[in-house]
Amino acid sequence: MADDAPRNPNILPPVVLPPVVRELFDRFGEQHLVYQQSKDDAPTVWVPLELRDPVLVFLKHHVPKPYKMLLDFHAVDERMRRHRHGLPPSDFTLFYHLLSIDRNSDVRIKVALLGEFPVVKSITNIYANANWYERETWDLFGIQFEGHPNLQRIVLPRYWKGHPLRKEYPARATEFDPYLLTAGRQDEEQNALRFNPEEWGMKRSEKDHDYMFLNLGPNHPSAHGAFRIVLQLDGEEIVDCVPDIGYHHRGAEKMAERQSWHTFIPYTDRIDYLGGVMNNLPYVLAVERLAGIKVPARVDTIRIMMGEFFRITSHLLFLGTFIQDVGAMTPIFFMFTDRQKAYDVIEAITGFRMHPAWYRIGGVAHDLPQGWDRKVKEFLDWFPKRLDEYQRAALDNAILRKRTKNVAQYNTAEAVEWGITGPGLRATGLDYDLRKKRPYSGYENFEFDVPLGKNGDAFDRAMVRIDEMRESCKIIRQCLSHMPAGPYKADHPLTCPPPKDRTLKDIETLITHFLGVSWGPVMPPNESCQLIEATKGINSYYLTSDGSTMSYRTRIRTPSFAHLQAIPYIIKGAQIPDLIMLLATIDFVMADVDR
Amino acid sequence: MNAILEFLTAPASVAILIEVGKGLVILFGMVIVAALLIWIERRLLGLWQDRYGPNRVGPFGSLQVVADMVKIFFKEDWIPPFVDKPTFIMAPMIAMGTLMLAFMLIPITPTWGVAPDLSIGVLFFFAIAGLEVYAVMLGGWSSNSKYSLLGGLRSAAQMVSYEVFMGLALMGVVMQTGSFALSDIVAAQKDVWFIVPQFFGFCTFALAGIAVVHRHPFDLPEAEQELAAGYHTEYSGMKFGMFMVAEYIGVVLISSLLVTLFFGGWQGPVLPPVVWFILKTAFFVVLFILLRAALPRPRYDQVMGGGWKFCLPLAVLNLLGTAAFVLSNP
Repeated sequence: MADDAPRNPNILPPVVLPPVVRELFDRFGEQHLVYQQSKDDAPTVWVPLELRDPVLVFLKHHVPKPYKMLLDFHAVDERMRRHRHGLPPSDFTLFYHLLSIDRNSDVRIKVALLGEFPVVKSITNIYANANWYERETWDLFGIQFEGHPNLQRIVLPRYWKGHPLRKEYPARATEFDPYLLTAGRQDEEQNALRFNPEEWGMKRSEKDHDYMFLNLGPNHPSAHGAFRIVLQLDGEEIVDCVPDIGYHHRGAEKMAERQSWHTFIPYTDRIDYLGGVMNNLPYVLAVERLAGIKVPARVDTIRIMMGEFFRITSHLLFLGTFIQDVGAMTPIFFMFTDRQKAYDVIEAITGFRMHPAWYRIGGVAHDLPQGWDRKVKEFLDWFPKRLDEYQRAALDNAILRKRTKNVAQYNTAEAVEWGITGPGLRATGLDYDLRKKRPYSGYENFEFDVPLGKNGDAFDRAMVRIDEMRESCKIIRQCLSHMPAGPYKADHPLTCPPPKDRTLKDIETLITHFLGVSWGPVMPPNESCQLIEATKGINSYYLTSDGSTMSYRTRIRTPSFAHLQAIPYIIKGAQIPDLIMLLATIDFVMADVDR
Repeated sequence: MNAILEFLTAPASVAILIEVGKGLVILFGMVIVAALLIWIERRLLGLWQDRYGPNRVGPFGSLQVVADMVKIFFKEDWIPPFVDKPTFIMAPMIAMGTLMLAFMLIPITPTWGVAPDLSIGVLFFFAIAGLEVYAVMLGGWSSNSKYSLLGGLRSAAQMVSYEVFMGLALMGVVMQTGSFALSDIVAAQKDVWFIVPQFFGFCTFALAGIAVVHRHPFDLPEAEQELAAGYHTEYSGMKFGMFMVAEYIGVVLISSLLVTLFFGGWQGPVLPPVVWFILKTAFFVVLFILLRAALPRPRYDQVMGGGWKFCLPLAVLNLLGTAAFVLSNP
């Protein structure tokens, strides 16, 4: 395991430095920066706070093939971390995960902060979409951002006391007093939800007319979950709006710090609750990177097949609700029938329907059952015909086209600026699909196309998803005809549950197995991150292990969070029905936004 | 006592009583049909959407309506504290009352019908349709809720633009008949139904009819996906029930008007007139439901645009064409 300990960067030969680190060293001087080696592909560079803004501006505007997208940004409470040799001293660390589409690579900029409640400058003037991330970091860590337009709690209610992702904040219900909802507290909570336009820099009236403030949600037929958006209306025209999230927050990242590496898997299923095992994938891949496990080809193929099944069910639900939001009530019923067919296959293979929690560290829960190929084939024979029919009946409809063409439109540059990924990004015509660009889990072995749109409007987003379902069928068909033989679990001591066949033959294996099952595996201290192309965009798990049975910090980057943040920018000046089209074609689930 | 009996048995009085009785039969028949339509619509939608629809209460679920009505009668008739009470109560009454009143114009058979000979028949219908907008507008306004208000606003704008050409669409029929009375219009279709010479009139009137009773795809005042329940968001219990039954009365009314004005009313071979009338009306009712199952909803401004930029010119052209035809063939 000595191999995995973070090393002093100064003893590394400079030839292995990734190009972006070289560029940063050249520009800002090697003595100010620290290069940290982690188990993922994103080079990590520690930057002193005073150099943070210049570094970010440099990376966004001045390097060749710049890092235009702020993919993720959050913090780590480092005060309890033991294994951080060679890293700058830090109580709280901010990390900025930047993505360059042109280079097809990332860089992670880390900033060490000292003190119990640090105060730093906001970077909303550099990356517009840092806004919500800074609010969440304030909310969960108590780090203040000066110059932020409105630094309010975002995932927790305003009356909340404390900042839950700090290490001193308890993680178990038994450490709290029992929950009591008195009449007074209810009033307090309701008052905290009252919308105050001035706070958001909105006017209540102009010279000759008043604005109407319409509270859309958290219970609204088209809000797709507990999502609230307050609209400033002039007639039916949306002058401005404020999305309000957090109604679905469960503290998944905090839970990750008290679950073993293995027992956290079921929680990931419920992040994007339509994505099923697709959510397990980035998590187990990141853990496998930490552990250094290489899984057999059969595991990769099974994972891809099941993941694509969930892409289909998720996109089908999108399509049905989207068409229903346009006002056509029938298609969703047909699509639910199709989803049932897909779930029949999923259930036959995994034993569960929505949230199978079926991937394991180093493999999957069990092998494919006998006759799985027949079930998969039945679905492949059934589904594509139906899809063609939907396209003819619904997407070719003139009313639907009029409602969605050139509606809720944005271009590639805007999408990148706001961190929009997935079908919403590809609908603008940018060919960026991680399955092709950075194949993981064996996607490089499959033949499929990446559907693209042109206009970046609601219609293109729907069409991209329809075509993606066809491509998913193609991938599943290849899995069906080329399923490799072999074990369904890697032969590695850190797989979970660990291999058992030799436990009764030698004592060392028995001890390892016993510990692996009772405590759970101990992952070597390091950091790793895995990005995948999930159903709704780029989903990533950034794991920090401190050499324990539990994660030290689990950061879950979900696509829907970024997508919702862009709503006001996209929808200003449009009408309420257009907003409904935008909400429908973003295809978010609130569990994915709030975590 | 004798005088009263004599008065009642006088031939004129008997005739009046019979007419009143017929009127009541038509009135209650219509309300029952409208209520039954709720069940029919749900069953038909179920059929088209690969599901069952209500099938538990009574044979094929046909008593579902009774169960619903019992429930809705016994539900607390709650009036939110923030509404404008008199208007709030009045709105559903207007909705149901006006549409029922319009039904008196329809000649169901040569002998059945409350006032098919009313000399201002078609105009009376326009007047009623004009009043109908108040139900939605007042309902939306008096609710004092933002979603209701938006629904009411949409409704007012939609009705105003669609009534303009609804009148024009029917003028062709009136010109060819030479009378506003609906019985005359049916009689004038003895040889050829008006759907043939007045095809564009039919198209525009059908669209306007859907818009006036705000059925899908012109149900923008209550567009669920945008405005929750639109103008009747705050309504519950029987008042909501009245809005709902009014919608179905509207469906029956527009269907029977389409039949009367363009499809020869009760006229037809072999079968008795009442059967023809019911068959033809049922056809359009089912068509209304099919529209709901099949179509997405256009945006509010697209609906208005369609009305002013497409239907209105079409109706005017149809009117001019008919006028030229009538003048050249006296």
